[in-house]
Amino acid sequence: MQNSELIGEIGLTHYLILSALLFVAGMAGVLLRRNAIVILMSVELMLNAVNLSFVAFSHYLGQMDGQVMVFFVMTIAAAEVSVGLAILVSIFKRYKEINVRFFEHLKG
Amino acid sequence: MSQQTLMAILIFAPLVGFFINGFRYKKHSAEVAGTIATGAAVISFISALLMVIDLIGLPAEERRISVQFFDWITIEKLKVVAGFTIDQISAIMVLVVTGVGSLIHLFSIGYMHHDEGVAKYFAYLNLFLFNMLLLILGDNLLVMFVGWEGVGLCSYLLIGFWFTDKQKATAGMKAFITNRVGDAAFLLGMFVLFLTFGTLNFQEINHLVPLTSELTWLAPITMGTLFLFIGATGKSAQIPLYVWLPDAMAGPTPVSALIHAATMVTAGVYMIVRLNPLFMAAPNTMMIIATIGGLTAVMAASIGLTQWDIKKVLAYSTVSQLGYMFLACGVGAFGAALFHLMTHAFFKALMFLGSGSVIHAMHEEQDIRKMGGLKKYLPHTYLTFLIGWLAIIGVPPFAGFFSKDEILWQAFHSPRGHWVFWAMGALGAVMTAFYMTRLMALTFWGESRFSKKIHPHESPMIMLIPLFVLAILSAIGGWIGIPHVISEILPGQPGNFLETWLEPMIKTVPGTEHAEPSLEWGLMGISVMLAAISAMTAYHFYVKDPSKPKKIAASLGKLYDVVYNKYYVDEGYFCGIINPLVRLSKGIWFYIDVNFIDKTTYVISDLVRGSGLFVRGIQNGNIQQYAMYIGLGVVATMTYVLMR
Repeated sequence: MQNSELIGEIGLTHYLILSALLFVAGMAGVLLRRNAIVILMSVELMLNAVNLSFVAFSHYLGQMDGQVMVFFVMTIAAAEVSVGLAILVSIFKRYKEINVRFFEHLKG
Repeated sequence: MSQQTLMAILIFAPLVGFFINGFRYKKHSAEVAGTIATGAAVISFISALLMVIDLIGLPAEERRISVQFFDWITIEKLKVVAGFTIDQISAIMVLVVTGVGSLIHLFSIGYMHHDEGVAKYFAYLNLFLFNMLLLILGDNLLVMFVGWEGVGLCSYLLIGFWFTDKQKATAGMKAFITNRVGDAAFLLGMFVLFLTFGTLNFQEINHLVPLTSELTWLAPITMGTLFLFIGATGKSAQIPLYVWLPDAMAGPTPVSALIHAATMVTAGVYMIVRLNPLFMAAPNTMMIIATIGGLTAVMAASIGLTQWDIKKVLAYSTVSQLGYMFLACGVGAFGAALFHLMTHAFFKALMFLGSGSVIHAMHEEQDIRKMGGLKKYLPHTYLTFLIGWLAIIGVPPFAGFFSKDEILWQAFHSPRGHWVFWAMGALGAVMTAFYMTRLMALTFWGESRFSKKIHPHESPMIMLIPLFVLAILSAIGGWIGIPHVISEILPGQPGNFLETWLEPMIKTVPGTEHAEPSLEWGLMGISVMLAAISAMTAYHFYVKDPSKPKKIAASLGKLYDVVYNKYYVDEGYFCGIINPLVRLSKGIWFYIDVNFIDKTTYVISDLVRGSGLFVRGIQNGNIQQYAMYIGLGVVATMTYVLMR
């Protein structure tokens, strides 16, 4: 019972806080890490943080829309990662380098 | 053929020649290029002849063939038609220009035979002829001005024809820039006339001229005519803008004959004769014209006394003779001016071509000190040159005698004349006789002074034919204007054809009295006598006693130096106008352009650069930083939305 009580006490706020923390962690990874693969992983983390909040809202509002949206996000995330990794592989083949600081060609 | 077609052929034949030769400017065949160009000129001459024959068929009062091609400019009151007119005045001029022009084209075939750019040369020559025809035939000032500028351009191109020689290129530029000064005044004159009369058409202007003369200096007609006259001093090489003409001798000699003796330089005189009723209404302008003309005649002749370059002597002679024409215009003897223009075109073209023949024979030697005794080497050239000499010093019955005497008589007799003008003219005539005899003596007579290596050879027939034709014209060309006092004693009493012909077009000075024939005979006698004495003196000095001129020159000392150096006019212009102008321009360049305008722009550009450098730091190509901007942007937007 204690367990179910504990579960009962966990509300939407907790999920959202967790989601926000995950999102910020992912964002920090995207902004600060140099390794392109890690950056892609961080992007995944951000997406999943959003998924979490979708699911949480869906549960507490009693609607299925959020759950549907999560499937879309996951699909797109998979597509995005496959494209991103493909790019990374070809970049690595050419430059033998995946440190993003090395790629500054967008300089104006 | 309709008159419109004929006029079009007359004007555009040289232009077609120009295009043909212009497109094949790299070809070197003098025969082909020369035939095309000469053909164009001859076609023009024949059309002109046909039109003049038509003109003669008309009754005296209606002698005028006008052709209007199209409306050129129509802006409010300003209506300019591309119209061309042949009347009594332009008929004479058009025949002289196309006739003498054709002969000089023919001569050029021989003279320019060895030149590389011969097709280019003939193209320019045709272009010149086209522009000259625009100038002569245009029935309003603006069409005339187009031709006026066009001949200036061709003159520049032909003076600097051998432009690899810096001196010759400079001479071309000098001519062009000096002319530009006059042309600016010509434009001002047109503005004044348009403001006054509201039209630029010659006939309309001449009809609108008021009957009473203007007596003040600032009146519109006086101002307008003065400006036009300044334009004429540029084109026709009068004081103060004559300095370009002697330098223009850098061009090929046939060019000097065509442009700088026979045709283009007379454009100023022609313009004044064209507008004679207008100039007549401005006595002050007329006085200025006569004074400038007289002064130029004397001054240029005096410089001619001292020059050693055969073409320079002829150039100063041209300036001096143009002075005569202006003197005639100034005293109201427009007919005499046109008469002298015509005879001068004959004998001066003859003498220039003759000098070309001499230079050709002497292998490009122009210094008459290194000639002498050419009589036996160049018999035909000598003969024709002799006729030119007789014509220019005014020996009766050669052409120059009649026209020059007419001018001198009018300068004395006309109500606008004065004995001072006559004296100037007579003095000029004396000096002309002297320097021309000197030229003859040093070139053809006496001992030969050139090195034994040079073997002068007579020019080919193609160069001699124009000389013969011009010699005949120089001999008999004056017979169309025999004065009454002479014709009375001649068998058959030939009338003064020229005077009758020009009568409807030329205004006579009001108040001209009938003069005693004895007075006219007397003045004529005096001037001929003086010229004869002067010529004899020159002959004595330069043939019989060659050491004498040097002694006289030495005894004159400073004065000789001043005259020999052309009165230091060029140096004066450099000191007084050109150098100060250059210094002023340099000052403006340094203080205004470099130190003000440039600096201002530098400050502005530094500002732009600095801000650019700052902003550039943001866009450093680091994707993660870009992502952070997005993140920060989202945060900022959210904060704004939530905090509102």
